[in-house]
Amino acid sequence: MADEKRKSIDPAVLTLVEKAAADEVMLCWDRLDEQSPQCGYGIAGVCCRNCAMGPCQINPFGDAPQKGVCGVDAETIAARNFLRSIAAGAAAHSDHARAVVEAFIRTADGEIPGFEIKDEQKLLSLAMDLGVSIEGKDTAAVAKEVGKTLREQFGRQDGELAFIAKAPIKRQELWRAQGIVPRGIDREIVECMHRTHIGVDQDYKNLMKQASRTALADGWGGSMIATELQDVLFGNPVPIVGSVNLGILEPDQVNIIVHGHEPLLSEMVVAASRDKELLALAKEKGAAGINIGGICCTANEILMRHGIPVAGNFLQQEVAVVSGAVDAMIVDVQCTLQSLTDVAGCYHTALITTNPKARFFGARHLEFDEANPLVAAREIVTIAVENFPNRKRKVVIPTDNKTDMVAGFSHETINYILGGLFRGSYRPLNDNIINGRIRGIAGVVGCNNAKVTHDEHHVTLVKELIANDVLVLQTGCSAVACAKEGLLVPEAATRYAGPGLAEVCEAVGMPPVLHMGSCVDNSRILMAATAVVKEGGLGDDISDLPCAGAAPEWMSEKALSIGHYFVASGIFTVFGVTWPTLGAKHLTEYLFSGIEEELGGKWAFETDPVKTARLMIDHIDQKRHKLGIDKARERVLYDMEKRRELET
Amino acid sequence: MSKIIAAAGINGAYTIVGRARKKYEEALEKYGPDREVAFPNTGYFLPIIYGILGVPVKKLSDMGPVLDRAESLLPPRVRQTHNLPYLGPALDAGMATFFAEECQEAVRYLDDPDYYLAGREEVSGGAIWLGAADDVIMRKRGVEFVDGTAPGFAAVLGRAPNGEIAAKIAQELQEKNLYVFMSSGLGGKPGFAEQLVESGVQIGWNTRLVPFGPDTSSVVFSIGFATRAAMSFGNIKPGDFRKILIYNKDRIFAFVLPFGYVDEEWYANALGAVNFGFPVIADTAIPQILPTGVCTYEHVVSGVGYDQLVAKAVEVRGLKVKVANVPIPVSYSPAYEGERVRKDDLVAECGGGRTQAVELTTTREMDEVTDGAVEVIGPDLDLYAGAKATPVGESPALPLAIVVEVAGRQMQKDFEPILERQLHHLINYAQGVMHIGQRNIVWLRFSKQAVDKGFRLGHLGSIIHAKYHEDFGNIFDKVQVKIYTDEARVKEVYDRAVGIFRERDERIEGMTDETTDPFYSCTLCQSFAPNHVCIVTPERPGLCGAYSWLDCRASFEINPTGPNQPVPKGRTIDELYGQWEGINEFVAKASRGNVTEYDAYSLMRTPMTSCGCFECIACIMPLSNGVMTVDRDFPEMTPAGMKFTTMAGMVGGGNVTPGFVGHSKYYVTSRKFLRADGGIKRLVWMPSRLKEEIMERLIVRAKEEGVPELPDQIADERIGTTEEEILPFLEEVEHPALSLPPLF
Repeated sequence: MADEKRKSIDPAVLTLVEKAAADEVMLCWDRLDEQSPQCGYGIAGVCCRNCAMGPCQINPFGDAPQKGVCGVDAETIAARNFLRSIAAGAAAHSDHARAVVEAFIRTADGEIPGFEIKDEQKLLSLAMDLGVSIEGKDTAAVAKEVGKTLREQFGRQDGELAFIAKAPIKRQELWRAQGIVPRGIDREIVECMHRTHIGVDQDYKNLMKQASRTALADGWGGSMIATELQDVLFGNPVPIVGSVNLGILEPDQVNIIVHGHEPLLSEMVVAASRDKELLALAKEKGAAGINIGGICCTANEILMRHGIPVAGNFLQQEVAVVSGAVDAMIVDVQCTLQSLTDVAGCYHTALITTNPKARFFGARHLEFDEANPLVAAREIVTIAVENFPNRKRKVVIPTDNKTDMVAGFSHETINYILGGLFRGSYRPLNDNIINGRIRGIAGVVGCNNAKVTHDEHHVTLVKELIANDVLVLQTGCSAVACAKEGLLVPEAATRYAGPGLAEVCEAVGMPPVLHMGSCVDNSRILMAATAVVKEGGLGDDISDLPCAGAAPEWMSEKALSIGHYFVASGIFTVFGVTWPTLGAKHLTEYLFSGIEEELGGKWAFETDPVKTARLMIDHIDQKRHKLGIDKARERVLYDMEKRRELET
Repeated sequence: MSKIIAAAGINGAYTIVGRARKKYEEALEKYGPDREVAFPNTGYFLPIIYGILGVPVKKLSDMGPVLDRAESLLPPRVRQTHNLPYLGPALDAGMATFFAEECQEAVRYLDDPDYYLAGREEVSGGAIWLGAADDVIMRKRGVEFVDGTAPGFAAVLGRAPNGEIAAKIAQELQEKNLYVFMSSGLGGKPGFAEQLVESGVQIGWNTRLVPFGPDTSSVVFSIGFATRAAMSFGNIKPGDFRKILIYNKDRIFAFVLPFGYVDEEWYANALGAVNFGFPVIADTAIPQILPTGVCTYEHVVSGVGYDQLVAKAVEVRGLKVKVANVPIPVSYSPAYEGERVRKDDLVAECGGGRTQAVELTTTREMDEVTDGAVEVIGPDLDLYAGAKATPVGESPALPLAIVVEVAGRQMQKDFEPILERQLHHLINYAQGVMHIGQRNIVWLRFSKQAVDKGFRLGHLGSIIHAKYHEDFGNIFDKVQVKIYTDEARVKEVYDRAVGIFRERDERIEGMTDETTDPFYSCTLCQSFAPNHVCIVTPERPGLCGAYSWLDCRASFEINPTGPNQPVPKGRTIDELYGQWEGINEFVAKASRGNVTEYDAYSLMRTPMTSCGCFECIACIMPLSNGVMTVDRDFPEMTPAGMKFTTMAGMVGGGNVTPGFVGHSKYYVTSRKFLRADGGIKRLVWMPSRLKEEIMERLIVRAKEEGVPELPDQIADERIGTTEEEILPFLEEVEHPALSLPPLF
């Protein structure tokens, strides 16, 4: 077993890892040890098991074998695997979106008690984007039509996805010229599966075109639909104070952890936890109240909109249970570990699955019934409350490990905080990028990965970036990691950020690291980048911007899909931990360099977070140089003649 | 730290909005909901509220929803730890502040109608506070903003450490051609405006040192002025808040100068100003906001020393001001144009009926002129240095003849009157020197201050030499000035000059539109009214009255890429209405597609557009089958059912408004005045003062048209201010309009 200290930089995790060992509970790090050494072919991406003549593996060092049974080479195998991962990632986001669209339409139809259209303004602007006429229609009618139009995005067979039109014009033209504008979300994913079947697409560059088209169908399709409709349904996030880490568990309250990705049920669980009857029941059971905490992106969703505390990120799901203080853990989809049944079994925790797509063998299943979500939610909360007296093992809550943060930065909110209701715009951001106070913008996102010290790469990378005046936009588990470190409060600007960034943060009153939501909300980063382009002065495409992306502790296929839609949108993107095509030389070179000529963005792989920061900053500096904003500029003073020349 | 500013400003906004609510409720109780409320003589209601929200506050109860809105704009107060972002919310608080203060000031006009000197431009006696500028002032002063003689304003709050510093800073601002709008005292002590008065500085609109009010809330008069500029000159619709704010950021070069301790309410006002793109430059060490974005450059700069304050403010605002470099011992700036030399200041005068006085600019051969030579022939002002001021009429009076001789290859005879006409304002720009009239009716006064500082008649020559070269260097090479005070020599010059003036008049009278090509464009106002373009012809001068065809031609010669361009007429489309192909094409392009054709001689179809600085507005009078015209100095109701200011709101900003047209006073007596509509015979009403002003030429024109009785047949406000009132009069005197073909 590796050194305990290396598992995480988070003392709360380390405390509970120790408890787990004492309680003889196996955690992911233990299983990683058991799995090691892992298969080298798999790591290098050159193992193909797409037909029954295989599995075939290509020697990445140049010795035989260099071809699979069907003759396939390393490039094609790695490209097919890469594409299949992106298909899976895009499918995850988009199937989440589909559930949201369906709930949205049923809400518009008035079929879901407790759900309503919370943000009419956003609904109307969505309608405008989609060309849905609003004349003479009430909110429900507009919503129905918007919902219908967005539902069609999944099954459409030709044309262009509607939200493609939200991108900068130049970017749209580039996509068209490259032939990678997605037609329909499902169609692109199906085509990935077809192309990667034995004996179909055997040109790695052609496979990567489909990778781009599918990833775009995620970023500018599924993910964006999910974000937009969730905002309309549950409210567009605005800045809000929340707290984070396992210290948020309350020793004398019923603790319920909501875990997974979809906000549909968790919104209702939050409502049920405030129900007077259930609170009375909790009292009766000896609890002082009902406390909800989130893990993974469910946490981010309810944090952004309600300020509900975040218990932790991906690698904290098992240790949360190990605390012995979690009375129920509710999971829906994505990134929920099967081991939770084992860990929960060692304690009193009731593990409840809620989504028909995601059941755990041996766990209790309580299906989320859209016809009456509050009933399901109440039932879940009741189970938790009734389970409160059953805490059987020692409860250890790392009470000191609780940090405050400011979250809730949608791209619309950024617009507002920079100028208010009357002058809202991205101008102050653009101005301060142009004048060099802010060097550039980085999106740092993604998962945790048990192969690297938990949170360390996120935190080190982000600290390095902000120290170099790079404003950081975050989502998902990465945001949670930095929040725990105290980077998501305005005070972090003076403590950690470079002087230029700190000055701007102080002027606006914002943290140097902005939490934009869950992993489907990476679409918000695309929209923010587009808003910066449209504001003017920094080129006319996302690829002109001094910006970069990173997922230093990534592990899921969703991360690959996100990374690739960043690249296909023109953003330089660096991944850490491991890279899935290293066994295919040409493909890797293409993704790390050649693809930039076509898309304006490219991939890079770097395991050291400080070096990752360097790569991103160098890229930002190059873009600044190209924009001609790398040198100090003279102040322009206006006389009357200059004013006459101003455009109206 | 911005946080301190945001926190204090938001707190201040709560106080201000709360106070306004209280005042409103008291007023409601006292006057009832239907009581009319208004700032005096304006078509823009409470202008910030009208501009930003599009809500015309006409009666007391209209303020209720506005105050509700102001309250809803107040953001949560800023938390000490883990604050939420405050920039946007603080700007909202600033806007709420202005809404509330406008309501409060409007209530004050109800409570105490004489609190401010409504409609006045000058300050006299003990009362100094002028309150909201009415539309007459706004338009008159607006012209200076439009043509660049005033690039912006400084909104001054508080009190300088002493009167000397206040006077020095005011003078520096004046030298930079800026207006100074003054509000608020400091900690119970009188403010900057009173300090200026105590230091013997003349304040009022005429010296650009404008005392708005003693309270912080009178800042809204400054911001309201800027908001109206955006609507009247920028043609921005009320309620289009973003455009109004950006217009101000880009085009109105204003900034805030708080003197002394900045309290929460000042911060609230500062936040509001920043919303308009007006930065704050403070003498005290308040926190700074340096990152850019809402203003063009920094937002708040503080701890600036008094000797650096104005320079810093101008730099922070991003303003380039050309400061005249005239070698004279007194200050020199357009800001002094309106300054008076009053009786307790006067030591000597020339002309004004007491002595002969004349000024003349003529052309000489190159070898006859020594550039820069200034000769004073006769007694000079040193006679009066150290003398006591004397009452008007008793002061020493000198005869005076100023002869300016220019020479150069580009010089033309036609430029002489243009150069000569500059003498009025060029001499007037000198502090302590007052110049009235022109040609052989000039009148100069010299103040004790100026003479004691060493100002002598030769300095008039220095001014003319320096400014002629600076402004007209392209059309001549050399200039010399002879100044006579010897009575016999003055008489000699006087008689010669009168002959020259007669010759000139005859030559200009002879110019017609038909025989002239090209015409000239004037897009000078596009700095403020981006869609408007004037076409200036010999018989239709610019609607501002300031630019004749000859002026435009000279301006083009001086600056070939400037705002006055020759426009060939091209094919004549309609002789009667005055429409030409070349003109239409040019107008379409220069108005950025806003106007594609226009009639020079009619207001019925597609009359020419206006920037907003028209001297007069003519409009149709349906009952009497005629037209009326009203000049901007006439503040009362007209038979059109509207005051000048309301009509101006409809006509300005580059709009084509059939039935209405903006024009110069001179145009009324032009042969082309609304020719297609029946010409001067249509004119049924005009203010009496305007009629008197143009009477001499009106009589000539009436005779020419065969209606010699016309001057007496035109009604004025003494006959009536509704069409119904004047109609019987028109019938009685058999006004020719009644027998013209129907207008439409």
